[in-house]
Amino acid sequence: MTPAKPKLAFYWCSSCGGCEETVVDLAEAILDVVAAVEIVFWPVALDFKRNDVEAMPDGSIMATFLNGAIRTAEQEDMARLLRRKSGLLVAFGSCSHLGGIPGLANLFDRESILHAVYLESPSTVNPESVLPLTCHHDKGHTVELPAFHNTVRTLDQIVDVDYYVPGCPPPPRILRTALQTLLEGHLPPKGTVLAPDCALCDECPRQDTKPETLSIAEFKRPQELLIDEKTCLLAQGLTCIGPATRAGCEALCIQGNMPCTGCCGPTSRVQDQGAKILSCLASLVEGKEDAEIDRVLNTIPDPVGTFYRYGLPGSFLRRKKLNEVQAPK
Amino acid sequence: MRNRQLTRAPQPQAAFEPRIVAFFCNWCTYLAADLTGTSRMKYAPNVRVIRLMCSGRVDPQFVLDAFAQGADGVLIGGCHPGDCHYQEGNYRTLRRYHLLRRLLRQMGIEEERFRLEWISAAEADRVRNAINDMVERVRALGPLQLEPKREDREEVAV
Repeated sequence: MTPAKPKLAFYWCSSCGGCEETVVDLAEAILDVVAAVEIVFWPVALDFKRNDVEAMPDGSIMATFLNGAIRTAEQEDMARLLRRKSGLLVAFGSCSHLGGIPGLANLFDRESILHAVYLESPSTVNPESVLPLTCHHDKGHTVELPAFHNTVRTLDQIVDVDYYVPGCPPPPRILRTALQTLLEGHLPPKGTVLAPDCALCDECPRQDTKPETLSIAEFKRPQELLIDEKTCLLAQGLTCIGPATRAGCEALCIQGNMPCTGCCGPTSRVQDQGAKILSCLASLVEGKEDAEIDRVLNTIPDPVGTFYRYGLPGSFLRRKKLNEVQAPK
Repeated sequence: MRNRQLTRAPQPQAAFEPRIVAFFCNWCTYLAADLTGTSRMKYAPNVRVIRLMCSGRVDPQFVLDAFAQGADGVLIGGCHPGDCHYQEGNYRTLRRYHLLRRLLRQMGIEEERFRLEWISAAEADRVRNAINDMVERVRALGPLQLEPKREDREEVAV
């Protein structure tokens, strides 16, 4: 009889499914993974249920890769369950690492979001203005829905997390390396982000064209100019988040001639990626007078969305101040 | 690392006392603050002054971390434009201040909670006035109550 293979689980919470795609994008390498481990839970691909997980002994799963942010009571519950059943819990992808795109909902509150989605959106037909309830009784039957929290949270704001795999989605190469690291048993310190710990500029193919000093007179959005394919994107006035972003993606977006948007989060020396890129970009602005500086900075129309595109829940401030939240017009 | 919180002594329904974190430049505002003391001027005791070598050393992370740890306001004091000991540091502060102010507005944090002042080493009265004025404005706004942290929140479904 062959010795039991280590058990692996994948789960998704508030996410788009892109992280699941990364697992599939391992391509042939997924055969090596399947040969080395036993996948015991993976709702997107395999027919296991919550009951199956509950029946497993605590700590019996070697590692669970959980992607997606935590937005509903059900996701919170599953995160706690999988934490209990797993030796290692890995926050997989931007959303569970730092909050991700769904985390931008922290600029609003529950009421204004439900209002916009169920009542105001032009494609919604809801003449009776029905809003989701956590519990509904009808003809002797009870239907339940998970509660929808006010705030989107990162996985480590709910349960203890052992490791992080960054990216939106994480590049397959990073996942492969992470899996190897866990399987070989040479575990790095708890809390490590399993990716290179240097800035994206360090592996950027345009690094040599980054000027020593830079003075920006106008920030441009990608659709506003014909982007040169060889020159540093910051030097072209684009808000490239690369200087404040962890390397590991091999500058995929930049190879596609688009600026980095920061999905891999900060390096280990930085706690708040948005504050760091804000500091970097603002310092490059030309002008010494208030009006002049404001004119240049106003060419960044949405600072929070630009600097915290993947990390608002994981930032220092986490969300818009609650009593200031108003329903959008 | 993100779970730290400035300790607030338990106050049974006491009047709200704002807590202001002030980052003062070693060459100007900090000396001015010293001068307010030696000149026996009085200013509100609500500020916690942190001395830095230059206002340009104020990483925006410091400001956001201060708010996240429970500060009700953040004050930065630097040299007048053109007077920076390191020539350009305060211009960088000014640029970051403008962008950070917009970011804080987007995050629902009132403008009066974040302030930049140019104060030379001789302007003791300006230190007193800036602090007193800021403390009163922030007092009028009330405490900055951000999202409670995990350990305070426990199982509460917010």
